[in-house]
Amino acid sequence: MRVSRREFLTLGVAATSAALFPLPTFAQGAAPRVVVVGGGFAGASCARALRQADPRIAATLVEANTTFVACPFSNAVIGGLRELSAQQFTYERIAADGIAVARGTATAVDAQARSVTLADGTRLPYDRLVLAPGIDIRWGALPGYDEAAAALIPHAWRAGEQTLLLRRQLEAMPDGGLVVIAAPANPFRCPPGPYERASLIAHYLKTKKPKSKLILLDAKDAFSKQRLFQAAWAELYPGLLEWVPLSKGGNVTSVDAATSTLVTDFGRHKAAVANVIPPQKAGRIAEAAGVADRSGWCPIDPVTFESRLQARIHVIGDAAIAGAMPKSAFAANSQAKTCAAAVARLLTGGAPSAPKLINTCYSLVAPDYGISVAGVYAPSSGQLAEVPGAGGVSPADATRPTRAAEAVLAEAWFRTITGEVFG
Amino acid sequence: MVCRILAAAIGVGLIAAAVVASAEPPPGAAACSGCHPVSTRVTSPVPRLAGLDRAAIVRAMQDFRSGTRAATVMDRIAKGFTEAEVQAIAAWYATQR
Repeated sequence: MRVSRREFLTLGVAATSAALFPLPTFAQGAAPRVVVVGGGFAGASCARALRQADPRIAATLVEANTTFVACPFSNAVIGGLRELSAQQFTYERIAADGIAVARGTATAVDAQARSVTLADGTRLPYDRLVLAPGIDIRWGALPGYDEAAAALIPHAWRAGEQTLLLRRQLEAMPDGGLVVIAAPANPFRCPPGPYERASLIAHYLKTKKPKSKLILLDAKDAFSKQRLFQAAWAELYPGLLEWVPLSKGGNVTSVDAATSTLVTDFGRHKAAVANVIPPQKAGRIAEAAGVADRSGWCPIDPVTFESRLQARIHVIGDAAIAGAMPKSAFAANSQAKTCAAAVARLLTGGAPSAPKLINTCYSLVAPDYGISVAGVYAPSSGQLAEVPGAGGVSPADATRPTRAAEAVLAEAWFRTITGEVFG
Repeated sequence: MVCRILAAAIGVGLIAAAVVASAEPPPGAAACSGCHPVSTRVTSPVPRLAGLDRAAIVRAMQDFRSGTRAATVMDRIAKGFTEAEVQAIAAWYATQR
């Protein structure tokens, strides 16, 4: 019998497929269904990357809001340097890519039946589920700080109305007022965020209300880009911005919203404007789906981002325990693309290859003074670990033109990443 | 004998076809677009990588890694990639449009 090259090839591939890939979804005939919950940097990136990896995938993006409000650069909105409209993005272009955008809140996941239920009762079946729910505030973890208190003392840690509330309070504050910020213990969304916020509020006070003062109460003794922030504060905001670490009484133990007072073990700080960045956990659906552990965050496989607790459910972005990777928009986007490639492979019965991920985070200390941290990550001993010898922060001795260049690059980064995710 | 040669030839052909036809970015490549725009509509001082000369990307990464080319973050990032990874990433971006 003569076997033509073409037939041989076909037979060979078929035999290989059957042997290596037990029951890939495509072999069952239907287009594989992937549901992505959460339309932030992680989820929206992932939905798009899934379609790019394999256009046969039927991707559904579940998101409660019609407008996304980006957290990166929201500190510049608080500091009066930028309008909130520059932070807002819609899902129109994502829908135009052929992604079904389901407006609603995911309230339950049936991991056995493989379906997600939305608040309105809609059931979305899936072959693979990607959860990108971001963070939820741990209401009750800080006595006195509940949802009602947040209407008086904003957290502004999910951008939107809270961002504007804090900005309005700063604008209404008389010159000479005391601003007090409380920063949480690790882990939390955007590790350098509280320090960038303190910097840009200090910039606002220095230029608009120079008799005012800012105290940053911290539940930690160390923080991201610490030496760079502290050097910049000494240079730009001497006597205006005071950081109080844990060991000097920085840990806020309760909040009295009615009197705008933050209480520590060492004393009480009555503020003209207070901002509490509270303890956090993975977004609510993570717990409902059974993918959050006792820490409140979600352990994952570092190659596929599949949950360690539930098969066929992947977790990306701030909700995930991503080893050495910080909870940042850049990391979320990087994880989303890695996860999408892995999910596409798994759906066709293939084996995902070991990924390499990057994070780059810029912080503004002033409008023309940027600093950065970067890292490269790869799976190691079941975790995402930093690649040794790479990464790190901006040089301590960089010149002001370099700091200005990093401020320009920070804005360029925001345009680029929001363009990729929402544009 | 003929069969064995045929099989070997097909094997090589399969691998070559897989490399050429694969739209899937090699490890690390997808992360670049966090800063390097994919879209031509985005204005940025950071260059688009799609369609750049493969050798130019490899040389840039080598120079960032060794410190001979001035950088803000690329010196820190380039040190996280092996020569083989850089070659694969550069080859992939060179074929993108």
